[in-house]
Amino acid sequence: MPLATIAFYLMATVTVLAALAVVTARNPVHSVLFLITAFFSAAGLFVLMGAEFLAMLLVVVYVGAVAVLFLFVVMMLDVDFKSLRQGFAQYLPVGLIIAGILTIEMIIVATSVATRGAASKVVGPEASAPDVSNAETIGRVLYTDYAYFFQAAGLVLLVAMIGAIVLTLRHKPGVKRQNIAAQTARGPKTGMTIVDIKPGAGEGE
Amino acid sequence: MIGLTHYLTLAAILFTIGVFGIFVNRKNIIVILMSIELILLAVNINLVAFSVYLHDVVGQIFAMFVLTVAAAEAAVGLAILVTFFRNRGDIAVDDASVMKG
Repeated sequence: MPLATIAFYLMATVTVLAALAVVTARNPVHSVLFLITAFFSAAGLFVLMGAEFLAMLLVVVYVGAVAVLFLFVVMMLDVDFKSLRQGFAQYLPVGLIIAGILTIEMIIVATSVATRGAASKVVGPEASAPDVSNAETIGRVLYTDYAYFFQAAGLVLLVAMIGAIVLTLRHKPGVKRQNIAAQTARGPKTGMTIVDIKPGAGEGE
Repeated sequence: MIGLTHYLTLAAILFTIGVFGIFVNRKNIIVILMSIELILLAVNINLVAFSVYLHDVVGQIFAMFVLTVAAAEAAVGLAILVTFFRNRGDIAVDDASVMKG
């Protein structure tokens, strides 16, 4: 068996087992860690296909950002996860039946597409143009034909960032905050009072 | 020889595991969000596999856009989750109807 075949089956098995562990783990922290495993092995599969740029993107964006975000939230929230598992056994049979039907259907469609569709005539995998690296191939198309889509993706991220900040921003009562506008607008008229003190009498409260 | 069929089958299995996860963890919204991430990963594997085997780089570019949207969705979803937890002290999906305006 060639090395690439062994690598494919190894990483595919790890991906599927890790994904199964994500949805069945009792502890959500374990779920997040298995999600990281699944993403790592999927990145390995991307490398195997020759799509190195997307593999690195998967590791950086998913493992580095999204999974860590999940981990922060799971550890920050003090939730009784036992009660959230209620109904797991109840929904398990119907879930398994629907999952089984869905898998069989999708595999049949995938097999017929791969053997009789447009991809059947293609000889071998090729992730990038000849003599050009994968990142350069993507860049040549992304920054020319898809420049507006690229900008729109940036806008989506900006909106998501502002939305997340607005949703989670909270002003606690009783916490003193610096108001810079009020500080700089303060002048002699508001900051100082002239008191006329009578001789012999102090200025008291 | 690993062909397109292998990758499509793997993506189909991953997609189904994601759907299955939503089914069995209906109460735990954190695991539901992770299942959605698994589904989007399956979509990405499909896009990249077709891109590689059809010799067309556009599939990889769309996989990148899917990645962007998935990251945005995770950020906003978790932000809503944190706000919901602050207000209710719990994250049970059954109580999520209180969010309607």
